[in-house]
Formats: sequence, structure tokens, C-alpha cells
Amino acid sequence: MTPPHEPLLELRSPPHLHAPMSVERIMRNVIYALLPLCAFGVYAFGLSAAALIAVVTLSCLGTEQLFNHLAGRAGSLRDGSAAITGILLALTLPPGFPLWMGVVAGCIAIALGKMLFGGLGGNVFNPALVGRAFVQAAFPAAISGATPPFLDGRFTHFLPSSLALPLMSPAAQPLWAGAPVDAVSGATPLAASKFAHVITAQADLFLGATAGAVGETSALLILAGGVYLAARRMLDWRIPLAVLLSAALLAGVFNFVDAARYPTPLFMLLSGGLMLGAVFMATDPVGSPVTPLGMWIFGALVGSVTIIIRLFGALPEGVMYAILLGNAATPLIEAVTQPRVYGTARAARRKSG
Amino acid sequence: MLRLLRRTFAHGIHPPGHKHTAERAIRRFPFAPRLIVPLSQHIGQPAVSLVHVGQEVVRGEPIAAASGFLSVPMHAPATGVVTVLEPVPDARGGKGAAIVIAPYPGDDQRLRYGAPRDVAVLTRDELIAAIQDTGLVGLGGAGFPTHAKLDVRDDQPIDTLVVNGCECEPYLTNDERVMVEWVDDLLLGIDLALRACGAQRAVIGVEDNKPRAIAALRAHLRLDGRVTVEPVATKYPQGAANLLIKTLLDREVPSHGRSSQVGVVVQNIATLAELGQLLPQQRGLIERVVTVSGDLTRPGNYLVPLGTPLRYLLDQAGYTGADGEIILGGPMMGTSVATLDVPVTKAVSGVLALTADWHLAGDTQVYPCIQCGKCLAACPLHLNPSRLGLLAAKREYRIMAERYHLDDCFECGACAYVCPARIPLVQYCRIAKQMNREVTA
Repeated sequence: MTPPHEPLLELRSPPHLHAPMSVERIMRNVIYALLPLCAFGVYAFGLSAAALIAVVTLSCLGTEQLFNHLAGRAGSLRDGSAAITGILLALTLPPGFPLWMGVVAGCIAIALGKMLFGGLGGNVFNPALVGRAFVQAAFPAAISGATPPFLDGRFTHFLPSSLALPLMSPAAQPLWAGAPVDAVSGATPLAASKFAHVITAQADLFLGATAGAVGETSALLILAGGVYLAARRMLDWRIPLAVLLSAALLAGVFNFVDAARYPTPLFMLLSGGLMLGAVFMATDPVGSPVTPLGMWIFGALVGSVTIIIRLFGALPEGVMYAILLGNAATPLIEAVTQPRVYGTARAARRKSG
Repeated sequence: MLRLLRRTFAHGIHPPGHKHTAERAIRRFPFAPRLIVPLSQHIGQPAVSLVHVGQEVVRGEPIAAASGFLSVPMHAPATGVVTVLEPVPDARGGKGAAIVIAPYPGDDQRLRYGAPRDVAVLTRDELIAAIQDTGLVGLGGAGFPTHAKLDVRDDQPIDTLVVNGCECEPYLTNDERVMVEWVDDLLLGIDLALRACGAQRAVIGVEDNKPRAIAALRAHLRLDGRVTVEPVATKYPQGAANLLIKTLLDREVPSHGRSSQVGVVVQNIATLAELGQLLPQQRGLIERVVTVSGDLTRPGNYLVPLGTPLRYLLDQAGYTGADGEIILGGPMMGTSVATLDVPVTKAVSGVLALTADWHLAGDTQVYPCIQCGKCLAACPLHLNPSRLGLLAAKREYRIMAERYHLDDCFECGACAYVCPARIPLVQYCRIAKQMNREVTA
């Protein structure tokens, strides 16, 4: 009649079913989407890029573990967010960036950008960009260095600047057998456009055959990664679309007014870190609004500030500051974009919200 | 875009259906050796016992009386003897007053109580009183007394009776079977409900994953257009009354308001089918259709005597006694029980045994909110569960209610279902509401 033993009944709070989605899974897939970029960066820039990605990522993981240890908390490396920060940060740095500076960038990203705010979910700013902003301010010369892609000997030799000793000036000029000295330092397409008015071919920009940071050069691979994540519903497509649309629109207006002075919208979209920032950094859910309307506003803010900095600022690139500004504005954007709740009038919502 | 093609509301989720028992016809369930009839199976005042220990009762006989307007009577689910009049375990983990009946094993359990009556002569007041006498409550799970819901004489006029045949909870198929098999009772019940609430027309909303039910209803509808069937998109929680109103009539029930304020009364399909069955015979509710499903060898849709203990029900349905979760209701909003000694009551639409590894294992680690926004896209009321969860973690229960519409949440669980961080958002909201109530009280 009755079962031979009394079953152990589990008490759970509803809902008793759950979608097969987890933070770990999302993070893992973001890493998958970033791997082709890493591979291409290593292919284009060689040993130095590989070492930089490894060193920065390890620095991020180590810092996170150290903070967990100091706080007496369980390890949080398994969620994968620290690894993403490390990879993303490395992808925004120039290939010849001294490795010791990469370590500093990783430490700052995790320590100042994430753990001081309480770890995953607590940060206000994108940690990778906090790290990059720090090294941009601390080492302006090293971070503006540019290396042309596909140099001979890139798989057997480090770029000399990579191996610079801490707090020492990097070797004056890179040297290795067979490489012409002047081929090793170049200019990014944005710098070339801004300071020398030289426009890089769009096909090169799209495919990534240009100088630039380790992972920002191939728009094609970045978009592929974004589409992969959006299709798996692990990334909200609204933000990248809003960033790119607003950037294109604003760049288009200026280009229309004075085509000789301002580059085309397409050049703006494909050059520099805009694509990487739009797809992988502005979409960091922690620092961007949760409300659908807020996502559009946030994206538009990031896109247009990027263009304004690029065209009128002292720097050739503005994506990083644009996203950090967007992160800072996120609480404000959320406050004014709360959705209208069923059964309530919009006017009443304003009064109470 | 999709909303133009298939009628539905914005947001919501698509959990797997698990409607394994959809093909299984309603079958009568045997009588357990002990039937437990709690006196509070509904929202409102508990019923008052009319019997004493040792008293013999006849199947269908009233054994407890309604104690006021917002209360319903109870009827004996079997012919037998009253053995206990003491508090018994209830599904929420506490104890509640109950009448325990031991059915006579040799009795044929024929229904000797009740008599046919002419419902056409009943006035509206008499009809409301007659509905109360049936002991009917919302069988969809709410348990709100049916007569009280239909009694809208003091409110503004009702133009539409919405009949809820959505059954959006996974696993449950009892409403679908009722629509397929009990069409005549259902249509009679709709007629009675229309008269009781004074509405001119009835709209039956059925999710489009139940084509058999839609076909069965359409085959029996009269051509005067007073009662219509509207297929709606299969989406959770389409069966939530306020969302069904939005879907079918594009009206929004005001926050903290009642559907009668927008001229609508909503009734569950099983409730009206029982009404059509019971009221013309002057009988009371003594059994109901329950989907018994999950990890069992004999799942099905059973006509279960009220008061049947889960232990007996599951045993007969082929539950192996494996460790796991036993759920009353559906998996999205149902309650997991702490003991198998609780009985099937009027509001229990399903009993699920979820004991398989895929259900019990899985990633249960809770992560911090990464503000991905999936919960906002899921919430059918357009609340901000992410913010509610963050505030609840900081115990800012007041702010949740005052600025983020906590009290509008009806705990459908869509947010917690999609949350990749596994934050117990529903539980947070429940705790917050309870804390606010305690502070206010």
C-alpha cells in the first residue's frame, strides 16, 4: 500500500521549473565569442599579442582570487567574469604594450573596477575599461604605440617593447632580423585619419588588416561574435545597434556637412575600438540599463559621445570614455525609463516614481 | 509583430509544456480509506462543522456550513462515518481544522443526495444563493468563492464574462479534458454565470495548443453569438485573469482594482462546468478533476473525491516513493508539500511528482544580479524584478512597494524562471509583502 520508506520530500519556492540559462553559461559563451578575436590578434600580431592576452588575463584572475582570499569569500573565478575582463582588456591594448604594464592594467581593472564595488554585479563601470583608462593615463606613450599587422618574424620574436622592464623606458626601436625598422611602428587608421588625413581601405578595416589594438581590428569577427551571442539570447542586441546607429548617424551628418574634413560613417564604424566596444563592452549588463528604452538611450549616448570625442577631442579614439560615461549615466537613465506597469497610468507612475 | 497574428499580451515566457496527460480521458478515482475535508479550502471565512465524531454521513450531504457571505459549505465526499474532528496538516506546512471521514468499504457510494430543480425560475439573488450552496470556489487554484465573484450587483455593470480555458501551467491538462468531455455542463454553467453576473456575452479564451478543446467547444456553441471561443497564443502566464482580459478585450484592470471595474468577471472553465453539473441537481462539490503527472507510472486526469490524501492518490497513480518534490498545482505557481498526509482540496488542479534527476539536479548556485534584463522582458505586468530583487536583498521593502509596484506582483514566477543568476525573486517578493503587512498591521 504505502511505499516501503517515507520519501524525502524537498521543499522549494516556486517556480519549480527553470530555464536552462545560468550566469556561468552566459559567461562561458562570451568567452567562446571572444576566442576568435584572440586567435586573429595572435595571427596578426604574433607572440607579443599571445603573451599580452595571457598575462593580462592571469593578472585579472590572480587579483580576483587575492581579493576573495582577503575578504574570506568563496572563489568566484568559476563564474568566468574575471576571465572575460582579462581577455577584453588585453584586446583593447596595443600588441606591443609592455607586459608588466599589462599586469598593472589587469590588477587595476579587477581591484578598482570590480572588487572594491563588491565583485560581480556590483561594479558601476566596466572593469576592463577602468583598467584601460588607468593605463591610458599612466602610460600614454606606451598605449598609443601602434604595430602594423602581419610582420615577418612575429611568431618567433617578441616586439621589443613587450619585454620592457618595469618602470624603465622601452627599447628605443624594435629590432629583429630582417624587419625593417620603420615597418614596426605605424599608426592606427584613426590616428592616420585624424592627424595625417590618410584613410585606410574599408576592406582592410572590415577584415582587420590594419594596425590597432590586439582585438579591435577585425570588424567581421567582432560582429560574428555578437551575432552568436545575440542569437543565443546572451546579449541584448539593442545596445550595439543603438551605439552603431547613433555613431553612424552623427558621423553621417558631419560627413555630409564637410566630407573633406570628416570621414565617412562607414570608416567611423569600422575603425578603432567602436565595434569591439559596441558589441562586447557597452553590452556588459552590469553597467548598462536594464530597461528596454534605457538600453536605446544608453547606446545612443555611447555612440554619439564616441563620435564627438573622435572628431573634436584631443584623442584619436573615444569609445572607452564614451562607455565609461554611459556607465556613469546608467542609474539616471534607469530612473527615467521605468516601464509602465499594467493597470497603472503613466502620469501616476511619474508621480510615484 | 507576432501579437498581431496571435492574440496575446506583451512579455511572458515559453516554458516546456510537459502536457503528457492531454490524451488521457477523465477517469473516476477510487475512494481512499480516509478522506480529509479541511474547513478552509477557500479564500474567506472557514466553514463551520455540522457533524460530530461517530456521525454517519451520506455522500453529497452538507457537513459544514458557510459562515458568512465570503464562505462556502462543505459536502461529504463519501458515505461513511466521521472519525476525527481535529486540525490536520495543510499544504502550507501548518495545520487547519478538518473533518475526517472513513468511507464504508462495502457501500456502493451512489449519490443519494440532491434533487433536480428548474433553474429558469430562479431570480438573480436566488441564483447567487444557490451557487453558494454548491460550495464552489475557483477551481483554477485561487479558491475564491464563485458566488461572491459573480455577485457584482453593487459594482458597475458587467458586459462580459471571460471564461478562462488557458491552462498555461506546464503539466496540467485537467481543464483541457473538461473542455473536451464536459462541454454541455460547461455551456450550461456559462449560462448560469451570465445570468448571475448580468453580463451580455461570454468569451472563452483557450490557448492554441489545445485544438481539440477549441473544436469541441465550437461544435457545441449556439449560433446566437452570445458565447464565443477565442484561441489565444500559448504563453505563460496567459491564464492569469488580468492578462486574459488584456488579451481578449484590450482592457487593463486598474492596479489594486477588480476586474468588475472594467466590466468583466473571469471564471475558470472547470468551475463553470461543475456549476452546470451541480446547480440544476442541487448538489455540492464533492470531487474534482485533478491532473496527476510527473514521474509516475499511471499519470492521468482523475475525478478525485475531495479529501483524498496525497499518499493514497500518488500510490494509486504509480508513484515509486522516490525522493524529490511533490507539488500541489502547477510547477510555476504550485506549492511543494512537506508531507503526503495533506488532502486534495477544492483548489488543487494538479498533483505533480517531480523526482527525476533533471529536475532535482541542475545548477542551483545563486549569483549576484548581473542586470541582464531578462526578468523585465519576462514580467507580464512590466514590473522591474531586477530592481525588486536588489532592493529585497537590502531589505528595502518599503521602497519596493512605494516605487516599484511590489503589490501588483501576483507571483507568476516568470522572472525567477528566466533569471540566469537563480535569484529567488518570487520568494523575495513574498517576504517583502509579508514584512510590509506586518509593519502596517
